[in-house]
Amino acid sequence: MTSPLEQKKIKIIGPVVITANRVGDGAVVYRRADGGWTTHLDDAAIATSSSGARELIDAANADDLRAVGPYVAPVKLSDSGQVRPGNLRELIRLSGPTIDLPVTFGI
Amino acid sequence: MYVYDAYDRALVNERVAEFRDQVGRRLSGELTEEEFKPLRLMNGVYLQLHAYMLRIAIPYGTLSSEQLRMLAHVARRYDRGYGHFTTRQNIQFHWIKLEELPDAMAELASVGMHGMQTSGNVVRNITTDQWAGVAPDEIEDPSIWAEVIRQHVTLHPEFSFMPRKFKIAVGASSHDRAALRIHDLALQLHRNEAGELGFEVMVGGGLGRTPFLAKTIKPFLHTRDVLSYVEALLRTYNQFGRRDNIYKARIKILVHELGVDAFSKEVESEWQSIKDGALALDDAIVADITGRFSYPTYEDLKDNPSELVATRNDRAFNTWFGNSVAKHKVPGYAIVTLSLKPEGGTPGDATAVQMDAVADLADRYSFGEVRVGHEQNLVLPHVAQRDLPALWRALDAIGVAMPNVNLISDIISCPGLDYCSLANARSIPIAQELTRRFRNLDLQRDLGRLHINISGCINACGHHHVGHIGILGVEKNGEEVYQITLGGKADEDAKLGALIGPAVPYAQVADVVEDIAQAYLELRQRPEELFIDTVKRIGVEPFRERVYATR
Repeated sequence: MTSPLEQKKIKIIGPVVITANRVGDGAVVYRRADGGWTTHLDDAAIATSSSGARELIDAANADDLRAVGPYVAPVKLSDSGQVRPGNLRELIRLSGPTIDLPVTFGI
Repeated sequence: MYVYDAYDRALVNERVAEFRDQVGRRLSGELTEEEFKPLRLMNGVYLQLHAYMLRIAIPYGTLSSEQLRMLAHVARRYDRGYGHFTTRQNIQFHWIKLEELPDAMAELASVGMHGMQTSGNVVRNITTDQWAGVAPDEIEDPSIWAEVIRQHVTLHPEFSFMPRKFKIAVGASSHDRAALRIHDLALQLHRNEAGELGFEVMVGGGLGRTPFLAKTIKPFLHTRDVLSYVEALLRTYNQFGRRDNIYKARIKILVHELGVDAFSKEVESEWQSIKDGALALDDAIVADITGRFSYPTYEDLKDNPSELVATRNDRAFNTWFGNSVAKHKVPGYAIVTLSLKPEGGTPGDATAVQMDAVADLADRYSFGEVRVGHEQNLVLPHVAQRDLPALWRALDAIGVAMPNVNLISDIISCPGLDYCSLANARSIPIAQELTRRFRNLDLQRDLGRLHINISGCINACGHHHVGHIGILGVEKNGEEVYQITLGGKADEDAKLGALIGPAVPYAQVADVVEDIAQAYLELRQRPEELFIDTVKRIGVEPFRERVYATR
């Protein structure tokens, strides 16, 4: 997946959210419409235009105390309105590694 | 094993106090992320996909049992119960919390461990042969020279902001177990015709998007001159290395663009001006550092004791003995490799339970010492041969006695997209699937020595360029696809692998490797011809034909 580190300008072709890592523990968080952060993707503010995404990311960037490295990430919306990650990288960030962690493997 | 002096202990403790203050100021908002990032990186703290990651140096791959127990404690108390041993003799914790990092670092500092210079544009952890000090074919313990250089470059102000990171490896055996030629600077200890001890100096190796093997710029450098020469070389890199383009900033690019001769002339010129100054090593300094290495007091034992001979009738033991036990320089002793490559497991991962158990076994059977190799396995370096049967049973009980060392399931792999923010594709699930496909040990043994290396991006932390079979994950149109190379190797005859054809999808990688393995079995001249030698003899074309005939 193209790293968001390479993300320079915002050009979206579908719904997006703003995601980052929480400062204290690095947990994956999403920007809410009220300016807060949530670990639940369903609660994230969704932008469907470049200007909307720009507004969200600018606000997120100004919130350096709570979140690290915000960027625009694609999402998919189901017919019922459920929000899902837009690519494998974001799926792994939301759901964790696709492998069993060693503590649950073997001994 | 080197014993830190008061200076080292004070340095590590002061760093913990400094970092605790920096973390406090970050959490309070006094420091922005832009201000804090370089500070955390100086302590080996990265931000990955899911959490912060702490990388801890294991200098020249040597751990005491006390240190390994502390790593187990940190894994249990501050992480998720496991750690990941890397390809550069470090360990990483992938789930650590920034809020708790100062406490974790303070606990690590109590046993002399830290994350200094495991990140950033500095001289990174200096690596060496995991069999240092015990290999029968060794000239002298290379750890001593790694330590001499470590002391000089640790927090060296002139080398704290270099164009890019700088990796050094030191070797002292005829067989290279430290992957010397893929390092920015490699030092191979040997004797000249006069019997003097010195180094072959190789420079400009490295993988990543522009792979190069290191080139020899000085066939013999007397050991007394090693610090002045390293200083001159680093100064030359600092002066001429590119800072305008991160992709061209490593010393390998400078050596390539300037040319080996021109580069070595620059180093030589700088060296001549400093070689007889303060950095010329006198015997007393070397003796002092050597004196801080403690070596086991070996018993006077004979090879092949009755306890060992009797147990070799046990087929399972004998298989493990033939695969994982190596000759020691002292009669009656052995070097034992512990495989961290279980079927379906993550290469290089060890649980806190395993780490504690290995520490106990090191105390009981290996003079309290453990080693970490770049192949992501552990080593007990000083085991009495009479203890091998008991040790084997104990290692088997904790899942690290798989007799697959150097076989196809002994895969070297980076964490890939399951953890790493730089990755484009997953590495670990590919490795896991391959260990399942090749679970049959008889097949693995028939295939013989065969190294698979997997990287999840072009940065090549899995060293895919030098895998006998190299696998590189890339992204194409939002999908994970994998490029396959053949014929790479990281030993004294190092070579970069050759691409066999177009990248294949995630779901086909294991099938392709099976095809390559089957082709090798059919194409080798005799069973003793190793995979790598078959590739060298016939090239990649026959393998390409086999892989792409039906794809």
